[in-house]
Amino acid sequence: MTASRPPSAPTPRQNSLRVLLNQLRDASDSHRSLTIVVAMAITTALMYVLPGLPPLSIVQGSNIWYDSFANAGVFVLLAMGLNVVIGMAGLLDLGYAAFFAIGAYAYAYSNSPFSHTDLPFIPMLFVGAAVAGIFGILLGAPTLRLRGDYLAIMTLGFGEIVPIVFLNLDKFTQGTNGIGGIYRPEPLPGLGAFSPSSPFNYFIVMVVIVTITMILLYRLQDSRIGRAWNAIREDELAAAANGINTVTTKLLAFSLGATTSGLAGVFNASKLTIVSPDQFLFTVSFTVLAMVILGGMGNIWGVAVGAFVVYNIQVVFLKSINGIIETLGIPAFDLGPVHVNLAKVPFSDYQYLLYGVALVLMMLLRPEGLFPNQRRRQELHIAEEFDEGEQGEITGAMGAAPGAAGDAGGTL
Amino acid sequence: MSLLEASRVTKRFGGLVAVNNVDFTIPEKSIVSLIGPNGAGKTTFFNIIAGIYDPTAGEIDFHGRRVIARPKRAWLEPILWVLPALLVAIVTIGFGIEGRSDGSIILGLALTVLALMVVLLIGVARPPKYQRFLVRLGIFKSARPNDMVVTGLGRTFQNIRLFQNMTAMENVLVGMHTKLGSTWIDAILSTPRDRREETAARVKARELLALVGLRGRDDQLAKNLPYGDQRRLEVARALGSEPVLLLLDEPTAGMNPRETQQLTSLISRLRSELGLTILLIEHDMRVVMGISDRVTVLDHGEKIAEGTPDEVRRNPKVIEAYLGTPPAEAPETESPGTAVAGTTGPVVEGSES
Repeated sequence: MTASRPPSAPTPRQNSLRVLLNQLRDASDSHRSLTIVVAMAITTALMYVLPGLPPLSIVQGSNIWYDSFANAGVFVLLAMGLNVVIGMAGLLDLGYAAFFAIGAYAYAYSNSPFSHTDLPFIPMLFVGAAVAGIFGILLGAPTLRLRGDYLAIMTLGFGEIVPIVFLNLDKFTQGTNGIGGIYRPEPLPGLGAFSPSSPFNYFIVMVVIVTITMILLYRLQDSRIGRAWNAIREDELAAAANGINTVTTKLLAFSLGATTSGLAGVFNASKLTIVSPDQFLFTVSFTVLAMVILGGMGNIWGVAVGAFVVYNIQVVFLKSINGIIETLGIPAFDLGPVHVNLAKVPFSDYQYLLYGVALVLMMLLRPEGLFPNQRRRQELHIAEEFDEGEQGEITGAMGAAPGAAGDAGGTL
Repeated sequence: MSLLEASRVTKRFGGLVAVNNVDFTIPEKSIVSLIGPNGAGKTTFFNIIAGIYDPTAGEIDFHGRRVIARPKRAWLEPILWVLPALLVAIVTIGFGIEGRSDGSIILGLALTVLALMVVLLIGVARPPKYQRFLVRLGIFKSARPNDMVVTGLGRTFQNIRLFQNMTAMENVLVGMHTKLGSTWIDAILSTPRDRREETAARVKARELLALVGLRGRDDQLAKNLPYGDQRRLEVARALGSEPVLLLLDEPTAGMNPRETQQLTSLISRLRSELGLTILLIEHDMRVVMGISDRVTVLDHGEKIAEGTPDEVRRNPKVIEAYLGTPPAEAPETESPGTAVAGTTGPVVEGSES
């Protein structure tokens, strides 16, 4: 009996490491905003240094990397916003790109030769976000009484309507051409001018926006409202029976998600300097949804990392994969009758194919996403746990049954 | 004085009359039980009181205020929603009619949409002020479940409906939702008010958990709690909203005699210590006969008896509902176990205690 020491007994060294990790986790729980700022500062430092070093510098130059990071930031924002709607409140929103479009067009109207206006960038971030939020309420108010699939269909419809309106209202939106020549943000103190040749400024601004958004979202998640969203996601009737006004609470989630999306839209418009309806098609909604699912629905930082990674794989890695193969000098080879020349395979054409395969594999192997929310993980693995638990219980009960029966007899 | 008064409540599901013309009153600070064979309409009646179902007919007064009834002039409300936007549209078009530029049209449109949105938002959120305004216009709509909680009603469910993947503490905190005032703006700004409230709420939630006998179980997920504890957690959650009237739907279902005994004493303590009024649906007659002031018996949606436990126990109609008419061979009306234990056995035990 003494020999049957559990194989995974922690050594003292591991133990002290675990204690340290636990202390760190406690500290980060009680000082969440500070933790986020520190984590984002470290991430930013890494993102600043790494593009100059070999594995990344082979792919593209530092400046282009900063540009991709800033673009990835747009999707990080979108994913974090959609996470509020889907991950926290449990509302399936398939028309999320609509709010992205509304934010972008709001900025385009405020800062372009088309409308003869040039309003400052920073305030417009808030205005654009607010406009998108208002449209979130407009769409949400009549539709959020619906549940599940029906809501998804309604949002899908809205997501289709918005780009079509922008497309066909060409008197106000210049139709397919979109609104071009949007002014870049005015120089910010300490950063200098924004220009296509110095994407670093966009990158820094994006980091700041993401950090602030993340802090606010974490605060919301841990608040009374966050709990109410969680309760609605788990059991809407029980939530209502506990005094939660399910309609307004869901509406709030919907509109805060839209607000974040609008923020991303403003930034994106200012960076691309053009908005056109074809930037906001269903693919965007779908991509963001996939990012949320891959990252780990319900987990704010997981979703952010998921979006960042997916964007960079999709846009940077797939496009430069041929170049990398050439640099590495992988020769063409014959696989039976098939002649394979990896350097000539158009990987970026297979973007959505690879995407689909990744999603299917992910759902089969790790349905809770890469960085799951603890709660979600438990929900999805409930069946497995249940099976194991039941087996244990049955064997336990069998062993204990005679004794228990005897007990009962004795007391009666 | 009666806290809740239901008169002529009827609920039909298609051809099935689940609750038929039931009059029912709950005096203040009493424990009232609702019993009856399975399928008698007890839970349906419960759900009508809790605002989940709208009754087909009849009305319910709570605290002397009409809360649930057939809607009146409901068609007026949508008109009310569109009216301000229409007004804004007419005014802006009226002003912009001379210089009909694109700008003025867009502005008018924007104002109209804004007005529509604000009104819709109020209509959807239904704040108390708006509801009072509707009443003044003679429009009546039944209270929703969450409105009922605000007016002071807490409930538990027959089949436990906890938030399974939230901790015991979080479940109680959700129950306290209506008593906490911090908004989403407080949350994102992390205002001192919000933090103070949150700390106080946690203390209060811990007290409630201790009250129902779940001390030290704060951080366990609801679904990992044993069955009896889940039932008690549901009571704690319902108490979170500081209700005046507590509806308990079969609180001791599936519990062993010891747990049942504990819960029974908890229920009577809730009345004596917190001054709650309690409406109970229960199959276990030891519980019902032991703590109820009044018992109402439903069968096939109709009230067949009402009175003190002793009166009800002797009522031939009640015995008939549970056991069937004398010539019938076996007592097989509903689930035989509860029915037999329900009427014959406890009569003796109840009179002893």
